[in-house]
Amino acid sequence: MKKLLILGAGTAGTMMANKMRKHLSRDEWDITIVDQFKTHYYQPGFLFIPFGMYSKNDVIKPKSDFFPVGVNVIYSKIDKIKADDNQVLLADGVMLQYDYLIIATGTRTAPEEVDGLKGNLWYKEIFDFYTIEGAVALAKHFKTWEGGELVINIAELPYKCPVAPLEFAFFADAFFTERGMRDKVNITYVTPLPGAFTKPRATKMLGELLEQKNINIVPDFNIMEVNNEERKIVDYGGKEIKFDCLVSIPTNMGDDMIERSGLGDDMNFVLTDKFTLQQKDHENIFVIGDASNIPTSKAGSVAHFAAEILEENLMCAIEGRPLTAKFDGHANCYIETGYGKGTLIDFNYDTEPLPGSFPFPGLGPFGLLKVTRTNHYGKLMFRWIYWHILLKGKEMPIDSEMQMAGKKL
Amino acid sequence: MDKLIAGVNVDVNEEGYMNDASQWTKEVAEGIAAEEGVELTDKHFELIEFIRNKVANGETLTIRGIGKSGVVNAKEFYAMFPGAPLKKATKISGVPKPTSCI
Repeated sequence: MKKLLILGAGTAGTMMANKMRKHLSRDEWDITIVDQFKTHYYQPGFLFIPFGMYSKNDVIKPKSDFFPVGVNVIYSKIDKIKADDNQVLLADGVMLQYDYLIIATGTRTAPEEVDGLKGNLWYKEIFDFYTIEGAVALAKHFKTWEGGELVINIAELPYKCPVAPLEFAFFADAFFTERGMRDKVNITYVTPLPGAFTKPRATKMLGELLEQKNINIVPDFNIMEVNNEERKIVDYGGKEIKFDCLVSIPTNMGDDMIERSGLGDDMNFVLTDKFTLQQKDHENIFVIGDASNIPTSKAGSVAHFAAEILEENLMCAIEGRPLTAKFDGHANCYIETGYGKGTLIDFNYDTEPLPGSFPFPGLGPFGLLKVTRTNHYGKLMFRWIYWHILLKGKEMPIDSEMQMAGKKL
Repeated sequence: MDKLIAGVNVDVNEEGYMNDASQWTKEVAEGIAAEEGVELTDKHFELIEFIRNKVANGETLTIRGIGKSGVVNAKEFYAMFPGAPLKKATKISGVPKPTSCI
């Protein structure tokens, strides 16, 4: 029997298990998937929790609900990949041999990387919303918070779902307005980027939205430490910002196991060919999702588009053909802007987010770089799509390759 | 476009970043550094070499990566290239401006 081994059963790993089980005959190929946790989190839902729109139960399901028949599942921590021997060593000493390996171990928040972030005020006045624990703690805090300086800070790049902190700011504006206390809450968005986003047109549009909503922006801020005594964040250049409630997007890092395996960069993201999705030094290892170092967003939509490329390239590799599929870095993000409206961006390695309509040129129904109700419903509807279509690796009516039709230059 | 730096015509983009890393010399680096208000020391050149190697390997440059380079820590990096360390350091190193990949 030949062996395909998948490390990580999050969005990307689960999709790949479903896709590859359809391609590979059960008489010839064993497929095994390994993850340390049994719960699957719908991570886009975390954003809604601090504002009481979703609860914990809305975003969790057992991982086992999404694995196809005929895949071996192992719940275990991973010690390391011994790439030269085609082996993976699990934490309990079990050794797994593979012919092909897919790394889909994602990224995690690493608050310990910024001095003072995980200090006395952690989960008292300092929160994150990229973990279920942080999102739930913040929801509780907001219920009785009397207002003050609300500071949203991105520690460093890259971080998962780059639009989520903006959505958080928009939601906070709406939330405190609806509670009749917006005048008591000063919202400040503090980012290491030179503006609200990276690419010119989206930055302009989102920057104007921040201004309209009376949200301050402090760009080019690279955090050095959190001063818990004086409740302020300090950057390397000496800039200081006071807070009463700090919402941090901590440093994102790949799994420690990547470092032990010697396959990653200095943030433990796996060195990956951005077109083929093959690991840089090993032809039988492929990488998908947040775990890779490819220069595009760390987001479920990217993993989804990349999955179709990886499916094709893995079959090419298995059948001894040249790798024919080429990933373009396609990302597609619904952005909540508050008050039941949202916007949408669609882009890739080379093309910045442009205005227009999506997915059908001229028809939509979704508007690119426009604030509409339909975009908001698109985001809400997506939770159903995620659980029922996307994770199961089924076809979606959206091309994996970004389309220029419908976009205005 | 070509720009005369340290007596040599160097191909740069509109922001002053070099388009061709092979045109880089120590003298060119010193010329760009002077425009940026930075005086280059041996430590600077050590760091420039690290940056050029990283970029040649196709790796992404980050302040963290430089802080962990073993050459300097992040705070020293800020002190060596005041204001916008990553932007200034890459410009002087003759490599493209780091893009934020999100």
